[in-house]
Amino acid sequence: MAHGFKGFVRDPLAFAGAVTVALVVAAALLAPMIAPYDPAEQFFDGLTIEGAPLPPSERFPLGTDLLGRDLLSRLIWGARASLTVGVVANGAAVIVGTLLGMIAGLARGVVGGAIMRFTDLMMAFPALLLAIALAAILRPSLWIVALVIALVNWVQICRVVYTQTTALAEREFIEAARALGAGRARIVLRHVLPHLVPTILVWSTLGIATTVLLEATLSFLGVGVQPPTPSWGGIIFEGQSYFLTAPWLVFFPGIAIIMAALAFNLVGEALNDALDPTQRGRR
Amino acid sequence: MIRFLARRLAQAVVILLGVTVVTFALAFLIPADPARMIAGRAATVETVASIRHQLGLDQPIPVQYARYLGRLAQGDLGRSYAQKTEVVELIGSRLPATLLLLAGAIFCELAIGLPAGIFAATRRGRFADRAVMTLSFVGVSAPQFVVGLLLLYVFAYLLGLFPLSGYGGLEHLVLPALTLGLAGGGFYSRMTRASMVGVLGQDYIRTARAKGVAETGVVLRHGLRNAILPIVAMIGIDIGLFMSGAVVVESVFGWPGIGQLAWQAIQRVDIPIMMGVTLTAATAIVLGNVIADLATALIDPRIRLN
Amino acid sequence: MTTRTLLRAALLAGAALIGAFGTDVRAAGSMIVTYQSDVATLDPAVGYDWQNWSMIKSLFDGLIDYAPGTTEIVPDLAESYEISADGLTYTFKLRQGVTFHNGREMTAEDVKYSLERTINPATQSPGASYYDTIKGYEDVASGASTTLAGVTVVDPHTLTIELNRPDAPFLHKLALNFAFVVAKEAVEEHGADFGKNPVGTGAFKLAEWTLGQRVVFARNADYYIADRPKLDEVVFEIGQDPSVALLRLERGEVDLLGDGIPPARFVDVMGNADLAKQVVQGGQLHTGYVTLNTRVAPLDNVAVRQALNHAINKDRIVQIINGRAVPANQALPPAMPAYNTAETGYAYDPEKAKALLAEAGLADGFSTELYAMNTDPNPRIAQAIQQDLAAIGVTVEIKALDPSVVIEAGGTEGAAPMIWSGGMAWIADFPDPSNFYWAILGCGAAAPGGWNWSWYCNQDVDALAGQADAMTDPAQAQARLDAWTRVFSKVLADAPWIPIFNEERFTMHSTRIAGDSDAIFVDPVHIPVHYDVVFATDAQ
Repeated sequence: MAHGFKGFVRDPLAFAGAVTVALVVAAALLAPMIAPYDPAEQFFDGLTIEGAPLPPSERFPLGTDLLGRDLLSRLIWGARASLTVGVVANGAAVIVGTLLGMIAGLARGVVGGAIMRFTDLMMAFPALLLAIALAAILRPSLWIVALVIALVNWVQICRVVYTQTTALAEREFIEAARALGAGRARIVLRHVLPHLVPTILVWSTLGIATTVLLEATLSFLGVGVQPPTPSWGGIIFEGQSYFLTAPWLVFFPGIAIIMAALAFNLVGEALNDALDPTQRGRR
Repeated sequence: MIRFLARRLAQAVVILLGVTVVTFALAFLIPADPARMIAGRAATVETVASIRHQLGLDQPIPVQYARYLGRLAQGDLGRSYAQKTEVVELIGSRLPATLLLLAGAIFCELAIGLPAGIFAATRRGRFADRAVMTLSFVGVSAPQFVVGLLLLYVFAYLLGLFPLSGYGGLEHLVLPALTLGLAGGGFYSRMTRASMVGVLGQDYIRTARAKGVAETGVVLRHGLRNAILPIVAMIGIDIGLFMSGAVVVESVFGWPGIGQLAWQAIQRVDIPIMMGVTLTAATAIVLGNVIADLATALIDPRIRLN
Repeated sequence: MTTRTLLRAALLAGAALIGAFGTDVRAAGSMIVTYQSDVATLDPAVGYDWQNWSMIKSLFDGLIDYAPGTTEIVPDLAESYEISADGLTYTFKLRQGVTFHNGREMTAEDVKYSLERTINPATQSPGASYYDTIKGYEDVASGASTTLAGVTVVDPHTLTIELNRPDAPFLHKLALNFAFVVAKEAVEEHGADFGKNPVGTGAFKLAEWTLGQRVVFARNADYYIADRPKLDEVVFEIGQDPSVALLRLERGEVDLLGDGIPPARFVDVMGNADLAKQVVQGGQLHTGYVTLNTRVAPLDNVAVRQALNHAINKDRIVQIINGRAVPANQALPPAMPAYNTAETGYAYDPEKAKALLAEAGLADGFSTELYAMNTDPNPRIAQAIQQDLAAIGVTVEIKALDPSVVIEAGGTEGAAPMIWSGGMAWIADFPDPSNFYWAILGCGAAAPGGWNWSWYCNQDVDALAGQADAMTDPAQAQARLDAWTRVFSKVLADAPWIPIFNEERFTMHSTRIAGDSDAIFVDPVHIPVHYDVVFATDAQ
């Protein structure tokens, strides 16, 4: 791993990504200390007389939302919900999906068939409809939303990993390793997993943005994190139809989601370079 | 090949049966009473009870499920609670629009995603690569409602290049398909790049290069051919993701498809429509996966069809 | 014996008034109305949402109607009517020569059949129980009989309806869509699909219905009112996002926004002189309220409920929704008869609220839940209420959920301590105070599956309301309204609700269409507009 760490420092973009990730995590952890206002406080002077939100100003650096609340404070606090969903729920989905996909791809037979038929069943549900139904049945809260998103999202990566693993399993070097009597665990760790790293990283970093948006969609449909708890996606959805008249309501949380997702992605790519077997020893 | 196909189709039927079981269970776990939604706010308790009885909702759930399956076997999806219309008719009238949108969206996704991904992969680590990948991120992360309204505002309202809303000719399809295609294209470009980067580092590619094969040939003939596997697997998945996007995009562009129908049904606890839409979408997804498997096998003969 | 006969003259006077302005406007032209949701059904016995409600009114007629733009009762398919002195027998003289869209003449048999069909449980009509005072209702509603004993066809153009007990708002109930007259042969031909193949006597007939896309109404050339409708065609475009619909209206592609002005553009539109002049503002028979569940502690204590009433800053809530409402101080909306203009309600006074809570032994406040529908602006309003209640020490957890789930919780005893009614209740079905009592405040509705979400039941108030509805003599009309005012004063004292605001209506239409008065665009019973009396200014 020393190699990977050096690579990080050497690559300024990856370094910037790591710093951004650290900042987002810090914002989530330290929100009560760094947010200028209470994210739920509806300021009397936070709306115009007609009830329209205020654009960015000295008092409200990123403007106010539709209830006259400070948008900056809501974004800082919103990092909590969004990180929980984007990192924890998405992470759980990636881990479960990868494991099951690899097992199915290598084991074949009854086990592999059973896993794949189950993913077929899960995949056959349109994700949004399934999430809505699940979230409507369970009592909506942040952790339930995270659970629902994980339940819905592990399937796709499982399927992609399965496809790649089956392809890999046919390749000469795996056959060779098998012939040489390598154990299953060894085959998986040394020969299969490294080849899957690029795919897994793409899915997990892209998944951050998509799961944050899925949470937002759920909030908007009334089955997400309950108000007044802020989340980035929720803020966008509350304000999305106002984007012609109050663009800051969509612009700033949108930037937050994209920046965070991008940062995770840069870190992920640096890790990829460090772990990718095709790159190893070639620098 | 035929045996493979027959087996996969048989599996598909089993999966769809599983889907009906799960959907039925979910619909009944939602804490809302369809009979009350039909009866309305002025109804007496007796009216609600009578409606519940007529719909068979007072029967045990297994009995209700058996009845549903019996009707399903005859191609009867039931009658919408809220719209009082045969669900088959409702879905049938909207399916062509959704399929057209699906085709348009997949076309846009591939037309954007594949070239962008290949381009980025061949310029790995350079500025162009970073720029394309950043843009793809924006595409994936931007809420489709906002992208849709923005496209509509600029290209239809301000510039007047496309109609503001509606369904019919190609000019109606461009903006909604593009809205879905930008997000999906971002996805595909990243998948393509990751896959291509992996393949381009392989020994046989270096061999081809060493043999003097032109770079374009290397990339397209040897690289893409092998890199395409995960992308083909995606297309089956993509149909599922598409349904989620369609709910939003169809509503922005007034596209008369299944997504709008699904959204209205959810709001009104219209269980027959919810069941019907889920089943339709599930069928599309399952078929998509069979096709993906088949295509994977055709592209890569090393994969055994079993 | 007091008899009262309203003659055709009343209607003719109304028509003449319209004619006076409309003579130069030839009946021609069309208009395009946009909607987001599918049209559910056009069956008058079944359709019960604000979208199909007024569409059905243009396809069908009832015995009774309202003069356009008003809540004034006028005879419609009935030419005249008489009410017996005891208020139990209604005799209707039907208009001659009125034909259904299929050409057949409408008779008293059709009126009887239509009422029986609505009450028949197989029809699943949401309005059946409005007719529970008609003699024989129980037998039909229970399925024991298919004919109403209380409705008698005297001759093809005379009909009597006998009631079990006096029912002052009965004429209003006959003006509801549920009592509209349908053609029996069409019902029998289409069965459950009658709602897609409606045949009535109305000013328009259904010309086209492309599921999910378009519904087209075409002029009924044989309509019995000579100068109606004023348009050849009304086209409903379905599946249109409200924001996009507004952009289209700005470009002149559509004429009327069925779903209203999207909230995101409201301030923008009203601030733009060109756009604002296309907007007509009016009141509606709506109150937005928070129900306080009288069977959940500590809301079972009237002092606590009064404290919560004092805690809400309604002006702020009205500001949040861009002034699209007026603050409410009582249950009835201002446009409703019996509205008490002298009432001031519970003033916004957090200190007094805290004092009342302290008296009730809750100086430290308490925790509770507030249910609300999950679409904008309802979660925002719930959050404003949450902040106001936090200021007096009451911690509120918001449950912003699907309307069907909220409605289910409201009708389940002890499930929902507080519900913000926005988006789900209550717009009156007919302009009479009784419609704001029985289904949402009466003891009978405080039952599982009912809409009395406060589970409020005061037998004395129920008795007073019953007496008011027994006052059918027209000479007692004012006394009856006074009794209703007293009912609602007592309700206010018991504080089962926090009345928040009365929504205003803002109808936006293109300059291509107009009415003799702007009142038709904010017609109290036709939302968004009285389709029959709109005309096109550019028609040749």
